[in-house]
Amino acid sequence: MTTVTMRGPRRGDDPGRRRNARRRLAVRRNVTAYGFLCGALICFAFFSWYPMVREVVLSFQRTNFVDAPVWVGLENFVTVVQDAAFGPAWKNTVAFTVLALVLGYGVPFVAALVLNELRHARAYLRLVVYLPVMLPPAVGVLLFQWFYEPESGLFNQVLGFLHLPPLDWLNSTDTALVSLVIVSTWMNLGSGTLIYLAALQTIPGELYEAAELDGAGLFRRIRHITIPQTKLILLVMLLLQIVATMQVFIEPYLLTGGGPENSTVSVVYLMYQYAFNFGNINGGNALGVMLMIVLMVFSAVYLRVSREDKS
Amino acid sequence: MPNLADLTAAPATASPAPPESRPPRPRRRPRRIESEFRTAVSPHRLNSPGGRIVYWTVLVVVVVGFTAAFVFPLYWMVTGAMKSTEELVRIPPTFLPSKVTFDAYAEAWELMDLGRLLGNTALYAGGAWLFTLAVDVTAAYALSKLRPVLGKLILAMMLATLMIPPMVIMLPAYLTVKDLPLLGWDLLNTPWAIWLPAAANGFNVFLLKRFFDSIPRELLEAAEIDGATPGRILWSVVIPISRPILGVVSILTVVNAWRDFVWPLLVLTDDEKMSVSVGIANLSAQMPQNVLIASLVMASVPTIVVFLVFQRHIMAGLTAGGLKG
Repeated sequence: MTTVTMRGPRRGDDPGRRRNARRRLAVRRNVTAYGFLCGALICFAFFSWYPMVREVVLSFQRTNFVDAPVWVGLENFVTVVQDAAFGPAWKNTVAFTVLALVLGYGVPFVAALVLNELRHARAYLRLVVYLPVMLPPAVGVLLFQWFYEPESGLFNQVLGFLHLPPLDWLNSTDTALVSLVIVSTWMNLGSGTLIYLAALQTIPGELYEAAELDGAGLFRRIRHITIPQTKLILLVMLLLQIVATMQVFIEPYLLTGGGPENSTVSVVYLMYQYAFNFGNINGGNALGVMLMIVLMVFSAVYLRVSREDKS
Repeated sequence: MPNLADLTAAPATASPAPPESRPPRPRRRPRRIESEFRTAVSPHRLNSPGGRIVYWTVLVVVVVGFTAAFVFPLYWMVTGAMKSTEELVRIPPTFLPSKVTFDAYAEAWELMDLGRLLGNTALYAGGAWLFTLAVDVTAAYALSKLRPVLGKLILAMMLATLMIPPMVIMLPAYLTVKDLPLLGWDLLNTPWAIWLPAAANGFNVFLLKRFFDSIPRELLEAAEIDGATPGRILWSVVIPISRPILGVVSILTVVNAWRDFVWPLLVLTDDEKMSVSVGIANLSAQMPQNVLIASLVMASVPTIVVFLVFQRHIMAGLTAGGLKG
């Protein structure tokens, strides 16, 4: 929108003059604006926009960064798809996302519901639930590595205390992925809880009163008031969480290295391996493009949803 | 997790009343649980005798549960590092260190060169903060108040980056840093590799622009009539009234830069240049358990302290993040 602020007519009311002056002002404003924008334009161009394009370009090329890159069509995609770890990587990523949803999506909402009803210790509970979120992720993950220790680890000690058999946690194909989900959920639960809590606090109390007068019990009030009132934020968080958890990397990288038997290898982890362990950065890019397409579907839905909210 | 069914009867509402600590219980009317706002459970129900019992039960369960789930692991970490190696592997474990020793902390500081790792990280986080503010504030101001030609397109392209998850473009971004297009600079193992990409943050631009949009035009026009240049207006009018949002953006930037793992892992591979998370992870396999744990404690102290001090800002930033779009 070009709204030019004029400070009244200048010297005489000659329309040609006025137009010139207006144009000069507009030019000057634009020059200043781009002066202010240039830092951001450079940073975004180098580190966001160009890499996005390059991701796609590299996935169709073979490059060794010495000779000129060669266009190879879908070769990188074929290589990647034929990799024995490709199937497990996607399967694990989806399983991780689903498990993280089961734990990390419902639990914070219920926690927020309960917190919202409490009238004591609210500040303490809010603080505490967010503490793990503030730890550097590497710290949280390495801490749990110690907890998962088979002999002296906290978890097996607790199981022993409860007279339950110890688990193999990270070393068994049955439990490794779940163990990663537990760490990740522990570290991220707090943000969801606090976001839901903020949303719950915006629900007008009259709605509950009215429902109560109509004879709705607590569960019906939650079902017919709380959930519809927070529907949008619930949906947004669902999409954000899917996009976030599908990028799981640090947990397998630090805890399992993708093992045992590829049971925890994730797409991003495989992508990292292609680039830095297998020396095939183009293969990594091919994986990246696939993941990008999947995630962009969710992002697009998210965009759609948040648009609807505004209208 | 407390069961929802426990709630059916009633959580409650008491305000500044101290929790259940009335001494000999003169058989009086029990203190009302006050509600300052209405929630799903009715205040009336809450204060019925049954409701009160359920409320206090739920409260205790939640407080104990949250403490066990979120504070106890941290307690275990801090005290674990105070135990000797033998005590650390003892079965059953000791709840309190039998003899508190800070040797592991001292050893971690020395062996892992934590001083340098922390210093590096502070440098990266501080620089990221400066660059982010300088770049994103000016950009948001230009887009919000100067409204240049193509401004809308630029904003849309900046916001579009929010839709592309950072992990997905980490490889090409890494290549860019390794060999900067056009200029051919290699930024690997330099702070620039952290600082410049940190500034390309669409979410910050969005938050700042939205705030600047809410500043009344008249205010800026008044300054303009007084002859202030756009730079001057930004510095003397816009920035002072934008303190709250600048606080949120600053803290988010510093905390994120401090916590980041993957990007520093890729671009700062030199032992001398590593950030604290990467440095610790890199040495974790070679360290005795208690030394490693001590290093974890020391790496998390800065973020926890920042959190305790700036809680309000951080939570404000969080809700802004949750409702973005």
